Amino acid sequence: MNSRAIELLVGLFMLLFLGAMLVLALRVSNLTGFGGGDSYHLVARFENIGGLQAGAGVAAGGVRVGEIDNIEYDSETFEAIVHLSMNAKFDSFPQDTSASIYTAGLLGEQYIGLEPGAEVDVLVDNDEIYQTQSALVLERLIGQVLFSRSGSD
Amino acid sequence: MINYVAGVGRYWIDFLASVGRASLFLLNTLTALPSLFRRPALLVRQLHAIGVMTLSIVLVSGLFVGMVLALQGYNILIDFGQENRTGTLVALTLVRELGPVVTGLLFAGRAGSAITAEIGLMKATEQLSGLEMMAVDPFKRIFAPRFLAGFMAMPMLAAMFSAVGACGGYLLAVVALGVDSGAYWSLMQSAVNFIYDVGNGLVKGTVFGFVITWIAIYQGAESIPTSEGVSRATTRTVVYSSLAVLGLDFLLTAIMF
Amino acid sequence: MHGDNTELVRVRDLHFSRGTKHIFRGLSVDIPRGKITTILGPSGTGKTTLLKLIGGQLRGNQGTIHVDGLNVASLKRRELYQLRKRLGMLFQSGALLTDLSVFENIAFPLREHTDLPEKLISHLVLMRLHAVGLRGVRDLSPAELSGGMARRAALARALVFDPMMIMYDEPFTGQDPISMGILIELIKTVNKALGITSLMVSHDLAESLSISDYAVIISEGLVVEAGTPEQLRSSKSEWVQQFLQGKPDGPVPFQAAAPDYETELLGSLDRSGS
Repeated sequence: MNSRAIELLVGLFMLLFLGAMLVLALRVSNLTGFGGGDSYHLVARFENIGGLQAGAGVAAGGVRVGEIDNIEYDSETFEAIVHLSMNAKFDSFPQDTSASIYTAGLLGEQYIGLEPGAEVDVLVDNDEIYQTQSALVLERLIGQVLFSRSGSD
Repeated sequence: MINYVAGVGRYWIDFLASVGRASLFLLNTLTALPSLFRRPALLVRQLHAIGVMTLSIVLVSGLFVGMVLALQGYNILIDFGQENRTGTLVALTLVRELGPVVTGLLFAGRAGSAITAEIGLMKATEQLSGLEMMAVDPFKRIFAPRFLAGFMAMPMLAAMFSAVGACGGYLLAVVALGVDSGAYWSLMQSAVNFIYDVGNGLVKGTVFGFVITWIAIYQGAESIPTSEGVSRATTRTVVYSSLAVLGLDFLLTAIMF
Repeated sequence: MHGDNTELVRVRDLHFSRGTKHIFRGLSVDIPRGKITTILGPSGTGKTTLLKLIGGQLRGNQGTIHVDGLNVASLKRRELYQLRKRLGMLFQSGALLTDLSVFENIAFPLREHTDLPEKLISHLVLMRLHAVGLRGVRDLSPAELSGGMARRAALARALVFDPMMIMYDEPFTGQDPISMGILIELIKTVNKALGITSLMVSHDLAESLSISDYAVIISEGLVVEAGTPEQLRSSKSEWVQQFLQGKPDGPVPFQAAAPDYETELLGSLDRSGS
């Protein structure tokens, strides 16, 4: 085989590798920050985030609109601070949008669901979502049910 | 009894000596690598022989492994009502484990054995001695290009294996079994971290490439220059590389995940 | 150049062993400049090993080898490679690179060591190919050549840098009479026309002695006899006579060293009887 053909095949090999890396980066995993400014940042404070983890999704009406960047704990207000990285395409959430932590299915992983409000002003970069609802913790729920039962007896 | 003890001692001394020889060999190969900057054509030729020639078997295996994972995963997950997570299972298994490991085993069988046989035959037909007598350093001309090509090609092949496997999983789970397409990809995306999962998988592939190519070249260069010697060296390459891949995989997984 | 001394290669008190086997035990040989010298000896006496020692591919345990005034064992890698460019070696199998064509094989040393323009390389290669009569097969791969042609191509490659010495490792083994004749003619031409020192290792007596100016017989790691072919033929040594005439029995016994046959037979009888 002549060296020209070999060079072509090796070039093709490299392209295939690049394609594979793109699939792995954009399809298989969700490499954010790819291309820089196509996301904006929001903050939400929760009393209790349950099992929410960085990398989990942010959904509005069931559609993925962003993901969780990282989670901190504020030791002064005793709240969890969740940083959201929102897809820049979805930039028209009203100021009074509320965020709740849901579980996908009974055993699924937790994610943040956004319920749009009615205000005219929209959330922009580095804004905070004030209306939040903590995760439902199963133990607490069971405790409440038992408590209310014993109370009614 | 004394003979037995002496035999064990001799075995360990021989073993130590061969470890030392292999390490020196690696050192010589590594110091010959910079000469490739002046001769990139040698590297391209070996990337073809080692990478491109292994590609088809890696792609086909990747597709089937992805499909099998999806089928098995689907059958288990559907009992828990979690069949949407088939993609997660396929992707994590591929990217973290099966991608690098299966590619490593295929690479040892396809490329490693070919490297050993080629170098062994070059030795048997006095081509290596001939190069030396022409004042051409076999480390620069023969070993270094093969080493670098194997070292580079292996993680690339592992990445392609994983990518094709994820698509194979898609074909089976979404097209054949009716998992929701959006759920397949989005649940996969939320579970797989690029740096942590894909990155570590690539590191595994790189380590395997390094070790397999080292074993293959060394076995070729140290083979007894007869047809039987070369065939034994080739077998040794495949056996040692496969064991090294599996052992190192355990070690790396324990460190990484 | 060290033109004042007449020998190109000087081996003194060379010891070399492989594992527990002593191959050379105090070998001393001189290879005269500009002559054809043949090293003869039974198989397994380390004739090829001697060539590798001279080329610096192996190192002796003791003793010195000087090639053109340079002590081979003490040379640094770079100096050794410089020396090797002035030595050509013809391996038994030809040792042509199987992934290159005949033309590229002969161009190989030029491409590796020089930056000559393509046109000049082509001229130099075709000149050598013409000299060995293989200009017509330049585009074949080495696997398509006959054994004799492969050796001629390898000779062309060894000649490409105009070396001061060419070492031939068993050049006549397994050749048909015509290739043998061609090779003999080529070796003579290379030596006489180009003035290149030739060192040949062989056990083909008649052919090698017919063209040698000087011959050395080695056995069991030592020189048994050295001199011109005529001097060897008239040697008084029974060993040399046995070797030259190919007698099956003599100082080199037909039987490999073994305990006395009679006692061994009787011994086994004793054992079975008791």
